Amino acid sequence: MNLIEPIERFGEDILEAVAALGNFILFLAQAFRLIFAPPYKPRLAIRQVRTIGAESLLLVTLIATFTGMVLGLQGYNTLRRFGSEGALGTVVALTLVRELGPVLAALMIAARAGSAMAAELGAMQATEQIDALTVMAINPIQYLVSPRMLAGVIAFPLLTSIFDVVGIWGGYVIGVGLMGAPGSSYMNGIAANLESHDIATGLYKALVFGVTVTWVCCYKGYYARRMATGVSEATTAAVVLSSILVLAFDFCITAIS
Amino acid sequence: MADANHNGAAIEVRDLRKHFGRQQVLTGVNLQAPTGMITTIVGPSGCGKTVFLKHLNLLLRPDSGEIIIDSVEVTSLSGRALDPVREKLGVLFQAGALFDSMTIFENVAFPLVEKTRLTRDEIAERVRETLHEVALEGVETKYPSELSGGMQKRAALARALIGKPKILMLDEPTTGLDPTRTGAIHALIRRTQEHFGLTVVMVSHEVPKVFEISDRVAFMHGGKVGLFGTPDEITSAKNEEFERFLAGKAAADEAD
Repeated sequence: MNLIEPIERFGEDILEAVAALGNFILFLAQAFRLIFAPPYKPRLAIRQVRTIGAESLLLVTLIATFTGMVLGLQGYNTLRRFGSEGALGTVVALTLVRELGPVLAALMIAARAGSAMAAELGAMQATEQIDALTVMAINPIQYLVSPRMLAGVIAFPLLTSIFDVVGIWGGYVIGVGLMGAPGSSYMNGIAANLESHDIATGLYKALVFGVTVTWVCCYKGYYARRMATGVSEATTAAVVLSSILVLAFDFCITAIS
Repeated sequence: MADANHNGAAIEVRDLRKHFGRQQVLTGVNLQAPTGMITTIVGPSGCGKTVFLKHLNLLLRPDSGEIIIDSVEVTSLSGRALDPVREKLGVLFQAGALFDSMTIFENVAFPLVEKTRLTRDEIAERVRETLHEVALEGVETKYPSELSGGMQKRAALARALIGKPKILMLDEPTTGLDPTRTGAIHALIRRTQEHFGLTVVMVSHEVPKVFEISDRVAFMHGGKVGLFGTPDEITSAKNEEFERFLAGKAAADEAD
């Protein structure tokens, strides 16, 4: 009896973990499928594009400016040692477009909009508002999660593009304006060396991160435990897990592309 | 009350069982809620009455057993197939569950906006009528957080009624209200039930006050219905568990 009990408990834990993972993936599949199922409610998705996208614009612009400035400064100091200040534009642009743009934009949106998403759905779960939708014969995943996911897919690539452009401008201001790198080769270098493949990779990442962040944050909020601490736990877990997954998926996509 | 048809039950439950983890919460519930009457479920906390109600409003699925709502066996249905049954039900949640991002008007109008093709004017008219029915007027533009507990209950009741359900399910409709407001909500439930000829199933801890408006009472104990009948029948049944529950209830109320 005493010997078997810990083994039983271990088995139960494993089963529970597998069930939770399955539930997590089914949640994504269901939310994605219901984007294309009637009834269509475009206004719900549009409102979410505003929440996730437009309202994150200031933060993303600010972070992009500083990121570009650091890249301009650090890149100039490094490249000068090799006498290649002319390559500054290319270095800044490639770093931003392929890596930092999609990743930092995603992390910032996760922190700002993702946490709010988890908290909102968590509070709705705690106060039975999600059950209220169900008993009115409205699918809560279709009503609450699918529009957020669709909005993520629309907003993340747009915000990432803005991040890239603002970051390149920030690198120019510091690298060229302050440090004195040659201005014409900054822009010409970008035009000559930034390929459409680079831009496509960056936008593809933004698309994947858009799904990842909305998926994780909605899931954590949707299944928050029904108590005050449940909402705070869900919010923390949503931001932590979506950040980890963004960085992990970033590595995977970089490795295969 | 209303005449009974051949078996007279709007809701019939047979041997309903449900467990969570290692805990058996429902151990074989049997219940018949007669059409056009108020059936009240009472019992000590932890007896499974809220879990049971969540089976009736189709939020939980049983391990085994049958639930027949308005002649439809629902435990074999899932997904969209449940929608026609759901449309016959109006549900009032314990905390109201009003959408706090919407005004009272938007909350009450919500089921019509989402599920019907009524025009704006028709919806506004129905909302006005329904709010009048629950004696709640002049708060259409307020948010739920700006209302008192009793007013939130009324607004939530209006939202449950606006789809013209045949069956109304109430989860502890008077939780958190003072005795005066409790009496007012009870009177409102009775009046609404009579006006629309509704079948009402209600979970309540307001014992024995709730017996005044109940046609049938089901006493749940240990995950099943231990005693069922009219309020007079069950209070005179000399059931040991029920008397202990009533005595415990009285002692707890005294302590308040």
